[in-house]
Amino acid sequence: MGGQDAGPICDDQHDFSLWEKRVDALMILCSGKGYFTVDGLRRALEDMGEAAFEDMSYYERWIAAINQNLIEKGAYSLEELGAKMAEVQVRGQTYGEASLGE
Amino acid sequence: MGNDPLKTGARVRIRALMPPGHVRAPAYLRGKSGSIERAIAPFKNPEQLAYDLPAQEHMLYRVRFRAAELWGAEAEHPDDMIEAEIYAHWIEAMEQSDAA
Amino acid sequence: MPHDHHDHLSPSGHPYRADDDTALSYWQSMEIAVRELLLEKSITTPAEIAAQIDAMDARSPANGAALVARAWCDPDFKERLLKDGSAASRELGFDVGPMLLIAVENTANIHNIIVCTLCSCYPRNLLGLPPDWYKSRAYRSRTVKEPRKVLSEFGVALPEGTHIRVHDSTADMRYVVIPARPNGTDKMSESELAKLVTRDSMIGTGLPKTVSA
Repeated sequence: MGGQDAGPICDDQHDFSLWEKRVDALMILCSGKGYFTVDGLRRALEDMGEAAFEDMSYYERWIAAINQNLIEKGAYSLEELGAKMAEVQVRGQTYGEASLGE
Repeated sequence: MGNDPLKTGARVRIRALMPPGHVRAPAYLRGKSGSIERAIAPFKNPEQLAYDLPAQEHMLYRVRFRAAELWGAEAEHPDDMIEAEIYAHWIEAMEQSDAA
Repeated sequence: MPHDHHDHLSPSGHPYRADDDTALSYWQSMEIAVRELLLEKSITTPAEIAAQIDAMDARSPANGAALVARAWCDPDFKERLLKDGSAASRELGFDVGPMLLIAVENTANIHNIIVCTLCSCYPRNLLGLPPDWYKSRAYRSRTVKEPRKVLSEFGVALPEGTHIRVHDSTADMRYVVIPARPNGTDKMSESELAKLVTRDSMIGTGLPKTVSA
């Protein structure tokens, strides 16, 4: 996107929430274990298209890219992911309620 | 590209190809000319790594561009510099007579 | 996005992101699912995830500030830092990981600024996670074309005749700016100097704090 026109740079700063820190940790751990490279993540991020930059937050895009690479590498199947997400979504109303453990 | 790394100061042009998919040479630099700032080291080709393919090593260079070369009359200051890392397979050496 | 969360400030005074106090999102449910699948398949462990989060939390711009202050005080160290940023960082106990660190020096007439137009590459192993604006479309698009306007929006005024060098962190290098040492700091200790070095001054979107005469 270098050189494209864009509006002012917003300098809002937020603290990273736990789920964002977990996405970051999963990214580092899985790339360290050889499930993907940072290049594979970048490719998946780019393939989401320009609209994803408007519609999704930074770590939303990253968990989508991590998942895409893990599926491609066979870490788990789409069926397993679908079943697990359905299970998670009925656990509770908030992230804290849906996330088991700590 | 030959086997000898390009030397600092060598005039180069970035290839102007625009394939779809993951390309590590930024689009705004393709087709532009600049000079080698330094040769860094060989690295595996990210455009192969991105698709989980066996990846060949290519020399990675830092290439320096004048703002006027990239943006023409729109440049804020013609002599400002933009430097970026570019892999050898995106770089064409220019003849001395091509030098700006 | 409505700005109605400003009464919910975190301990550091920043607003929490809206995600924290609203309903479970689709992408959050994906994170939980991916994490649990990775645990079930013994690809990682809760302890590994916790340790990784702690390691990332422990990194902060203070590490980079220590590096810069040492470079200001020790010309030999600065020379080593400019030659091989990763090795010089390790001298101070900062392992910057597999990516190589390149330090670029601001001088009387050169100002350096770092951007990654392709994604959001940042010297995270030295400075911690990048600020939000560094990852924004606006910063990534504009900095290579109108760095002076970007700098003015960050409140950076440079002397007439300053040349700008923009570094687009496109591949395997990571960058840190060594800002110019402020005037009037000759008698300050290395640890006092480190307190002048801001995160933004090491990205190039800021200058070190000055000292009143």
